[in-house]
Amino acid sequence: MSEGSFWARIRRTEGGSGLLLVAPPGLYAILLLAAPLGTILLYSFLTDGYLEIIRDFTLMNYSEAWTNELYRSVMVRSLAVSMAVTAITVLLAFPIAYFVSFHVEPSKKSLWLFLITIPFWTSYLIRVFLWKVILGYNGVVNSGLLGIGIIDEPLTFILYNVNSVVITLAHAYAPFAILPIFVALEKIDRSLLEAGQDLGESRFMTFLRVTLPLAMPGVVASILIVFIPTIGDYVTPQLVGGPEGRMIANLIQLQYLRLDNYPMGSAIAVSGMMLVVLTIFFGWAQARLFGAAFRWFNGTMPWVAAVAMAFLSIAANFGGVLLIASLLPGAVAGVLLILSWHIALLVMLKRGGGMA
Amino acid sequence: MKVNGFKLYAFCYLIFLYAPIILLPMFAFNDATVIAFPLTGFSTRWFEEMATQPTLHLAVKNSLFIAVTSAVLSTILGIFAARASTRYRFPFKAGIMGLIMLPLVLPEIIVAVSLLVVLLGLGVPLSLMTVILGHVLICTPFTIAILSSAFQSLDQSLEEAAYDLGETPASTFRLIILPLVMPGIISSLLISFTISLDEFIIAFFLAGTQPTLPVYIFSQFRFPQAVPVIMALGTILVCLSIVLLSIAEYFRRRGIARSGGKDTGGFL
Repeated sequence: MSEGSFWARIRRTEGGSGLLLVAPPGLYAILLLAAPLGTILLYSFLTDGYLEIIRDFTLMNYSEAWTNELYRSVMVRSLAVSMAVTAITVLLAFPIAYFVSFHVEPSKKSLWLFLITIPFWTSYLIRVFLWKVILGYNGVVNSGLLGIGIIDEPLTFILYNVNSVVITLAHAYAPFAILPIFVALEKIDRSLLEAGQDLGESRFMTFLRVTLPLAMPGVVASILIVFIPTIGDYVTPQLVGGPEGRMIANLIQLQYLRLDNYPMGSAIAVSGMMLVVLTIFFGWAQARLFGAAFRWFNGTMPWVAAVAMAFLSIAANFGGVLLIASLLPGAVAGVLLILSWHIALLVMLKRGGGMA
Repeated sequence: MKVNGFKLYAFCYLIFLYAPIILLPMFAFNDATVIAFPLTGFSTRWFEEMATQPTLHLAVKNSLFIAVTSAVLSTILGIFAARASTRYRFPFKAGIMGLIMLPLVLPEIIVAVSLLVVLLGLGVPLSLMTVILGHVLICTPFTIAILSSAFQSLDQSLEEAAYDLGETPASTFRLIILPLVMPGIISSLLISFTISLDEFIIAFFLAGTQPTLPVYIFSQFRFPQAVPVIMALGTILVCLSIVLLSIAEYFRRRGIARSGGKDTGGFL
């Protein structure tokens, strides 16, 4: 009876009902996601013995993961590849999202989105394998280019290296990048654009000062949704990467399934995730600073300079994170680079009085 | 003028997106063991050869079992989460929902190794069941995304009317809410089935010695003479998923139309 009334009391409050309802998926995620993630974090501090894990707390795995030349080069490469993939995918995706949102009739929008998402849902493994066919020595690209007579011998730099990994991943994650941008663009009130043009802005300036800022949440979402999973992709580097295209996931798989070294594999996995978090943190900090700067410059600065600043900013930050990933002495240089850029922005803001 | 430029770009982009899928049937029906141009002639022998491979049949059976179970379980979990997040405010909502949605962005290999470590640590033998545990985890965020839009467009006054007419919360859910979100549920079942059927990494780590379809396909890539059969298999899989996705899209749209919402398009 008392228990019955206890449940009844919980159900009466809105918070209680919500918690009760979310409990099954919530507990599932805690038991099978949060707890396992905690366990690899724990494992990464343990020592690998033969056939068993020795319960000694150690930082050896991390020092190995961050100093071993092989591991380091794989991590730096993974970071560089997923940054390149993110940049390419989002830049290519934006015009498509813009086209579907602004230039396609409302009744046909769903059809376009459906066409864009279909390739994403069809056998990932086979799609990746077919890129090998497209990019290979006797592949579609090479035989096509040879046929037209543009090249005299097959190109070899497009398969079994970093380039092929970037191309294949950019293809695989395309729909992921398009959808969030499309959703953000759809939410934009079209009368704002008319207002912009009524007030004498050109179409291009309206795009730059109204559409682009309002689409930013979607762009950020698509950057995250592409950047985070690509850094841990296993299939693409394994199939089209060749020896010089291996990434973190291949290293993790090697440690877990071949070498049976769980602590080392865990340390690499955790390090990879830390790299992701670090990159996102710098990107976020930068975006906030840059947003403030942009608002200040918006009235007084030619847009070319603003765009140039954006590029500089991205280059400084991503370059900095890459340097940090390559560790000492690069890490010091990386931190200095990012800090100095942030300070430069701050100084500019102070002098312009735009921080208020 | 401007629109035409965009349209041209969009068509080029679609060609880029579809390039691998267009090639697939070409090689599946090509009468040669080597996957390269020029094509040598029409043949259906790769499709016939599929019938002679017992491992493939086992892999299909395993994958269907995993996909159906994962789809049902993740859709049930998705209903709970989508209903809770669209209807109620509760403590730690952002944190809990964030954790449940995390597999959407978390690299699958991280999910796979963390589950592997825990399962082996607990002494749970690897089997199809352990794959299902992982697949439910990664399918649930997708089901929530689909089901949330179904629940969101629900008119709350319908529910209140049912209470006023003397229905209990459970019977209201069964009689009023469930029929309205049914199209969303079907769409979510189909999408999670498709995801699970195609998932490789988690199955690769957690299936033990049992083959699933993607694990089988991956193992066959090592043998060049086995690849044409895989192309034939891939053609069938692509057709199957296009059919499933079309049905899912149909139900998703009908669901939104039925509960009076506005179609924002797309699955995410």
